[in-house]
Amino acid sequence: MTIALAFLTLLMAVIVGWLLRQTLNVQPWQAQPAGMEVSVLTPRPAIQTALWVFLAVATSLFVLFVSAYSMRLGLADWTPLPRPRLLTLNTALLVGASLAMQWAVHAARRAEPADLRRGLAIGGLLTTGFLAGQVAVWMQLNDAGYLVSTSAASAFFYLFTAVHGLHVLGGLVAWARAWKRAWRDADPARIRLAVQLCATYWHFLLAVWVALYALLVSDVLGLAICSSTPL
Amino acid sequence: MATHVAHDETDFAPPAEVAEVPLYHPKTFIGKYVWSQDAKIIAIQYAVTAIGIGLVALVFSWLMRLQLGFPNRFEWITPTTYLQLVSMHGMIMVIYLLTALFLGGFGNYLIPLMVGARDMVFPYVNMLSYWVYLLAVLLLVVSFFVPGGPTGAGWTLYPPQAILDGTPGSHAGILLMLVSLAVFVIGFTMGGLNYVVTVLQARTRGMTLMRLPLTVWGIFMATILALLAFPALFVSAIMMFLDLTLGTSFFMPALVSKGQQLNYSGGNPLLFQHLFWFFGHPEVYIVALPAFGIVSDLIATHARKNIFGYRMMVWAILIIGGLSFVVWAHHMYVSGMHPYFGFFFATTTLVIAVPTAIKVYNWVLTLWRGNIRLTVPMLFAIAFVFTFVNGGLSGLFLGNVVVDLPLSDTMFVVAHFHMVMGIAPVLVVFGAIYHWYPKITGRMLDEPLGKVHFWITFVGTYAIFYPMHYLGFMGIPRRYYAIGGTSFIPDSAHLLNVWISLAAFVVGAAQMAFLYNLVHSYFRGKPSGGNPWHATTLEWQTPQTPPTHGNFGKELPVVYRWAYDYGIPGLKTDFIPQNVPPADVPAEAWAKVPHHADG
Repeated sequence: MTIALAFLTLLMAVIVGWLLRQTLNVQPWQAQPAGMEVSVLTPRPAIQTALWVFLAVATSLFVLFVSAYSMRLGLADWTPLPRPRLLTLNTALLVGASLAMQWAVHAARRAEPADLRRGLAIGGLLTTGFLAGQVAVWMQLNDAGYLVSTSAASAFFYLFTAVHGLHVLGGLVAWARAWKRAWRDADPARIRLAVQLCATYWHFLLAVWVALYALLVSDVLGLAICSSTPL
Repeated sequence: MATHVAHDETDFAPPAEVAEVPLYHPKTFIGKYVWSQDAKIIAIQYAVTAIGIGLVALVFSWLMRLQLGFPNRFEWITPTTYLQLVSMHGMIMVIYLLTALFLGGFGNYLIPLMVGARDMVFPYVNMLSYWVYLLAVLLLVVSFFVPGGPTGAGWTLYPPQAILDGTPGSHAGILLMLVSLAVFVIGFTMGGLNYVVTVLQARTRGMTLMRLPLTVWGIFMATILALLAFPALFVSAIMMFLDLTLGTSFFMPALVSKGQQLNYSGGNPLLFQHLFWFFGHPEVYIVALPAFGIVSDLIATHARKNIFGYRMMVWAILIIGGLSFVVWAHHMYVSGMHPYFGFFFATTTLVIAVPTAIKVYNWVLTLWRGNIRLTVPMLFAIAFVFTFVNGGLSGLFLGNVVVDLPLSDTMFVVAHFHMVMGIAPVLVVFGAIYHWYPKITGRMLDEPLGKVHFWITFVGTYAIFYPMHYLGFMGIPRRYYAIGGTSFIPDSAHLLNVWISLAAFVVGAAQMAFLYNLVHSYFRGKPSGGNPWHATTLEWQTPQTPPTHGNFGKELPVVYRWAYDYGIPGLKTDFIPQNVPPADVPAEAWAKVPHHADG
């Protein structure tokens, strides 16, 4: 649970810093004309704040899965799987998707709708490719006889990839809505916001995947989920 | 008469930085009251569902008390049934009643009104949140009727026994339980995002964080705790679900059941306990923090005095919330942990007493020389302070490893957690309902009946749970169907059990008077007017009571002051609502200002 605690400590530090800014030199018992106080309303759109709060929740979820993994790691019945070669390609696809999303954001900022659509399309395509690749990895492992119940290592492999995959799928729903908006909606500000939120989420998914991927293949640390034997 | 609109004060109030978002307006009855996107309706849906399922859990506790008070008298309560009653009672009360009622119920009703917003920021997601919660409740109810019945593994659902043959409901029951919990967490996350973002983004002009009523602070911090802690419940539910259905061994060690070697190997039941309590302990404060916040407002309003140490109260809420994440293993002292861990967790546990004590002192100091009005909400608020202190003190016992070990799994623990997170928050729920019912319905609850309800509940719960501490000291274990003729248990313990059961029936029956009051007053109650308690917070300043869709009429209020301007000398009335501009406050001008909207 050390990892979960580290994450929470970080989050607490952020909250404490935020609350300090709100409380220092503030005397709430004194009435004031409205608008005289620090930061009345942040002009940030609510949906953006919501995304960041959601990312904190999702991080908490992944951190707890990883905590469970780190506690289960040292125990009996930990037989590492062979390392699926396809994972490298999948990782590259997700990196590509993240870059394409960022490209779309830049296009939206420069008001170039054609580039924006291209970026979104490439991002969506690469992401779908990533998901297909993950399913292919599952099938390879399944064919090689590594089922979810074979060992704790394979169970964690399937669990991590499934939970991450579901988050990617959820992302694709948001992506589809942004896509629809980019084709139909004339309001560039709304399109820009949608694309920006997608990009933030994609970077998050990439960061989570890189962390999980490191756990999957980190046999230098001792007991990783995958051994160095390729599949 | 037209309400004084603070927006006229253009000299003072710069234009808002964020434009108002157009509200969703339902066109049909179903759109308005069933698939409603109005936080106030959603709040009532949450509250009614939570109280409904809570009543089921109340009946379960009666059945448990029937068995414990009068063993072998009721043959239809078998050991299996008993374990299922224990498990369902705990699970429903903690999660499906208290969490849902405080956050989904009070959160939805009070956050938009108190921060001066028209609604939650994402009304559609808010609506989904309720329906997903209802689905979770229904899944739980379905588990009562499947073959084998609901799970009897205790509300903690410890593996391996939770999913092994021999435990009641070890197939369909536990399966539905785990799915229901996962669904609950998803539904809560939708609502929780709304509560947090509404507090952060939708506050009206002038409503700085340091002007928020403490109710909002309590609900806000509890929501943050819940958003971070519920994933731990989700993770443990998912992993146990996989152990159960796909035969993984996350939690399940190699074991022999009924003479057969099972396919599990290498899993760690302690891993579940860590994950579960990583959720389970913050859960105590997910329930307690909203109660802290609400009680602060009830005490200030009904003692006509500003809350003592407002900023300290906010910081205490934050510190309690933070600390609640580093004490979880004090639920696991008997699991054979390293003594240094025990030392660490005992220390952190006892440290929580500091911010909590600050809050208690501040409540008492708010009451000190206040113009105390012993209304029903105030009675419940004061009873909460008593009960929370009492329950907290037995927590100091259990927080110490050496004291906890002999008391672990005895009735002492049952007494402790019922006082601190059962009775105490429920007293606040009652106080809050008596306080805000006039705003929700436009009518007062019947006061004499409320006082009867209060005294029976307050005295009655002490009659139930005080003797339980004593039973615990004698070593009487919890969760046991029957103690039988065990030699170390004197006859007086059996007598005490009869007494506790009788008290429980009386207290339970008193709740029916409360329900009657709710229904009767809805139709026949005394009309309350807009601000019967002469409170300062924005929900009491709405142009209509009950507030209509959009809450504040044409223009949102502008806030000039904190929520605790009570007992101001030199004024005709003794309070200043949050939306009264400073210029309007001098005594001679005061008479012209409507202190509450007359809708």
